[in-house]
Amino acid sequence: MPRAPEAIVRVQDLTKVFDGLTAVDHVSFSVARGEIVGMLGANGAGKTTTLQMLLGLIRPTSGRIEIFGQEFERNRIAILRRINFASVGVNLPLNLTVEQNLWVFARLYGVQNVSTRIDDLLHLSEIAHLRRAVTGKLSSGELTRLNLCKALLNCPELLLLDEPTASLDPDIADKVRKWLRQTQREQGIAMIFTSHNMREIEEVCDRVLFMQKGRVIAEGTPTQIIARFGTQNLEEAFIRIARSGEVVAEGNDP
Amino acid sequence: MNLRCVWVLMLRYVFIYRRSTVRLLEVFFWPGVGLLVWGYVTRFIQSAGQGELPHFITFLIGAMILWDILFRAQQGVVLSFLEDVWSRNLPNIFCAPVRLREYILAMFLFGLLRVGAALTFLVLLAWVLYHFSLFTLGFALLPFIANLLVFGLALGVITVAIIIRFGQGAEPLAWAIPFIIQPFAAVFYPVSILPAAMQLPSLAIPGTHVFEGMREVIRTGRLSWEHVGWAMALNIIYLGVAMWLLVRMFNLARVKGSLGKWGMQ
Repeated sequence: MPRAPEAIVRVQDLTKVFDGLTAVDHVSFSVARGEIVGMLGANGAGKTTTLQMLLGLIRPTSGRIEIFGQEFERNRIAILRRINFASVGVNLPLNLTVEQNLWVFARLYGVQNVSTRIDDLLHLSEIAHLRRAVTGKLSSGELTRLNLCKALLNCPELLLLDEPTASLDPDIADKVRKWLRQTQREQGIAMIFTSHNMREIEEVCDRVLFMQKGRVIAEGTPTQIIARFGTQNLEEAFIRIARSGEVVAEGNDP
Repeated sequence: MNLRCVWVLMLRYVFIYRRSTVRLLEVFFWPGVGLLVWGYVTRFIQSAGQGELPHFITFLIGAMILWDILFRAQQGVVLSFLEDVWSRNLPNIFCAPVRLREYILAMFLFGLLRVGAALTFLVLLAWVLYHFSLFTLGFALLPFIANLLVFGLALGVITVAIIIRFGQGAEPLAWAIPFIIQPFAAVFYPVSILPAAMQLPSLAIPGTHVFEGMREVIRTGRLSWEHVGWAMALNIIYLGVAMWLLVRMFNLARVKGSLGKWGMQ
């Protein structure tokens, strides 16, 4: 019998309550090494809050986060060395050059052969010609690729991406998706990926967690989710859940 | 403590300033303007007093320069933090393997660089314009500057803690907090001038003892170890409270989710 892939993220009963409002409600899931998991849900479903708890920006109200077999809160620095993230709302300092920004984060993450690593990433992301450009002068597509370079600097074993292709034109978004897929295949990186672009989720993710009102209401491959909701594609399933206004209990028919 | 992280974070601020003429000017412009205004005001008062006020110019220019050390040390910490807030870079820092104490130490070290640059400029300007040498304070200068730097660091950390707790709406405090303290810190006048009710709070501020000590050195030529001792003891308390407050506000921000709001929505 083939051995089940090793889970590098285990989340159990994760809950976050902000001033009486439950943003994340007893969420449990795991992510295997090399797996790309998409988190879907309407605005306010709890996706970003969940990601922020995995990054240590938010302290959970209750529940347990285990990454690489270690409890997160107690081993925060050691775990953060092995993971990385990019988010559409987070920038690198705009008045530093591309190279300076990457150098700073490479050194913070303790990357060896910094210059070679920066060269490789800039070439892969097709922004090598911008090495000495001031970050504030980059287009949004170039900025996104720079943020992804930063996220890949330390060859992370787990990459958290919060809407990484938002605000990109279809051509650049496609290039970014292909780059991420290629990197994931070559390095075996596990990724947790949030997006409002359903086609992207179908294309990139091995498995999807559908969140609504802070709870995971459905989980499976994109094909399984589409079959379960009896829709043509993930986007229709998304709209159906978002407009139902009700929490769909996992395992029940929608 | 990972000193490589501290060094890299500090260098990052150097990169930011090296590329920004406006930021560089800010380090020298306001201290320079302050020195010009205060210097000529005191020179005018002194000339009006027909030599009756021999120490006036020394008191005021000395106070102005020492106040600037305190202010720049506080600003060094706060503005470095705000650079990350303004560029929406804070989540990148706090999701990297960087400890809060490493981040604070880097901000403080960069603050020291800013103070060093501004102080050198002011000392030269005061000597050229008013023939005032800060070095007339002699050996006393060292404990005075050290105490002001530590007090500035404590004030900076307290300011950052408040901004972390109350968000960007509290940003104006970055500039206001030193000036809230200034009337109590006896910068330009002795504590004895203050109303009785203000004297006790005044003596509880480390800076007060530095400025009182400075005036005593100029007046008598003697360094009051009592003032230095009080300043040091109070600084230890202030720094301890500031660090406790910062850790508490940082943890509270993680509970309330406000850290993530500076970038990730």
